[in-house]
Amino acid sequence: MKLAKSYFADQRKDDLRELGQGLQRADVPGHVTGKTAYFADRTFPGMLYLKMVRSPHHHARIRSIDLSEAERHPGVHRILTHKDIPHNLYTVLILIQVGPEDEHVLAEDKVRWKGEAVVAVLADSERAASEAAARVKIDYEVLPAVLDIEAALAPGAPVVNEHHGQNHYMYDSGPSRKVRFGDVAKGFAEADHVLEQTYWSSPIEQAPMETTGCIVTPDGNDRFTCYTNTQAMFFTLDNTSIILQMPGHKLHLVGGTVGGGFGGKVDVTVEPIAILAAKLTGRPVSFIYSRYEEMQVSSPRAAEKIVLKDGVMKDGRIVARQVWGYTDAGAYSRHSPYGAQKGAAHYPGPYTIPNVWVDTWCVYTNRTPSSAMRGFGVTIADFALEVQMDKLARLIGMDPLEFRFVNAYRDGDMKAHRQETTGAALIECMQEASRVASWPVAEKYMNMSSYRES
Amino acid sequence: MARVPVQFTLNGEEKAEFVESGATLLKVLRDKLGDTSPKGGCHQGTCGACSVIVDGELRLSCLTLAETCGGADILTAGGLAADGRLHPLQRAFMDEFAAQCGFCTPGMIMAARALLDRNPNPTRDDVVEALSGNVCRCTGYEPIIRAVLTAARSNSQNAA
Repeated sequence: MKLAKSYFADQRKDDLRELGQGLQRADVPGHVTGKTAYFADRTFPGMLYLKMVRSPHHHARIRSIDLSEAERHPGVHRILTHKDIPHNLYTVLILIQVGPEDEHVLAEDKVRWKGEAVVAVLADSERAASEAAARVKIDYEVLPAVLDIEAALAPGAPVVNEHHGQNHYMYDSGPSRKVRFGDVAKGFAEADHVLEQTYWSSPIEQAPMETTGCIVTPDGNDRFTCYTNTQAMFFTLDNTSIILQMPGHKLHLVGGTVGGGFGGKVDVTVEPIAILAAKLTGRPVSFIYSRYEEMQVSSPRAAEKIVLKDGVMKDGRIVARQVWGYTDAGAYSRHSPYGAQKGAAHYPGPYTIPNVWVDTWCVYTNRTPSSAMRGFGVTIADFALEVQMDKLARLIGMDPLEFRFVNAYRDGDMKAHRQETTGAALIECMQEASRVASWPVAEKYMNMSSYRES
Repeated sequence: MARVPVQFTLNGEEKAEFVESGATLLKVLRDKLGDTSPKGGCHQGTCGACSVIVDGELRLSCLTLAETCGGADILTAGGLAADGRLHPLQRAFMDEFAAQCGFCTPGMIMAARALLDRNPNPTRDDVVEALSGNVCRCTGYEPIIRAVLTAARSNSQNAA
């Protein structure tokens, strides 16, 4: 593939020698010799193992918790409930004022998803911890659950999360993030064709090879070292500081090589409880998700429902685009209010459309909380947008690649969320794709440029 | 819990340990003997990150009881570089960008080594089959397959 150096000439001072050249990873000698240190490549004398007792129900009230049998199990050292946690109610993005706090480190009165943490058992071995966890008796009153976006937004649906009060996030702009640009009603009225389609996606697990976890050592003087594979070191430090009501200088968080994350390790789910356990027992503590927990409990990419309505002219111009985007956050916010918001700005796609109307919703259901995964808020949007582009091209009998040239954004175009386009390269990418894929398009498209002479 | 004595050779060195009955070879290698090159990705024999060679056979150390390894000759990725000289597989994994996060790499390399030990000139299909029990989530498998074939070629050139 030939690099179009001329296009970037005024943007880069170097001669782009790096591109197209093989470059060895800095950390690969450690990987191939097995010397790279991951958080779990250490053990400490007297280490305790933490096993979480989790809700078997999607939605239930906790009537009572009976620890008596578990506490008598050989090897058990301590069992933690919500009463042990200084500031049990949290939400990760409170650090940037995205509230309200809506999730318990350990469940108090209710569980809102199947897998929610209720009781933490600490024992001398993984086996003793697992056996004792199975002996914790929790009496639940099962409540009706909502398990998809439509059920959650239906009138009279059970409320998933009382901290929100309704089954969707409330932005400062109201129940949804909104983008309003031009006049979509006028655009649809003028269009030769209007196409409305609904797209659905399921949750997707990041499935890193290394499961989520941390190992904590008490260092004396009420200070702790936490070896963790978090992808979000400062989210973890600051949220732990809030949850444990401890100043950050008492917490020494040590990262390192992460054995795959893909967004699955940005939530703060293991460190606060493990540090608290080390503090209360005075022993090193290991809390590492089993493979089952990684697949079933760690937050996946959200399920989404996307409704796209486009008005298109016979010559290929899209004149109006209306979008209703719904992100299934599961039972708690975590990073989903942000993901849904990101979608709102993204939805017109890399196309210049004069009339755009977007509403994106962050919806609560009794499902596993969803969160970050590779381009969350945008990736599924792109799936829907590009399938829609193919359908629109077919509708008007146009080549799908040429259809995208007609609508591609170019430098100087105003995007729907009022940010002027700069550094666009979609046209140049499509020209290269046309050549490489042997998918010819008309000469006029091969002569187009993202640049506009000013 | 009852402990049993076990002796074996790890990467050419004699080792003797008291292990808990039922302890896996993975746990003993990592926690007792300090060889953390085998990784625990699933602890249920499905991901291959814990792969080691026991008496010439590729084994999942997370499903192998340490007490069954008495007298065995055990090889891990941690002992593959002889006297600090990289094995052709290690060199090829570096050159072919066959590792990203690195977590599956020691297991991949041991699975590949077991293949090359029994079949120095594998076909691409042989390599795919030999790595079929090892999961990678980062690079995709093509660079890994290329690395194994490259290592096989460099081995046979050295032998010629």
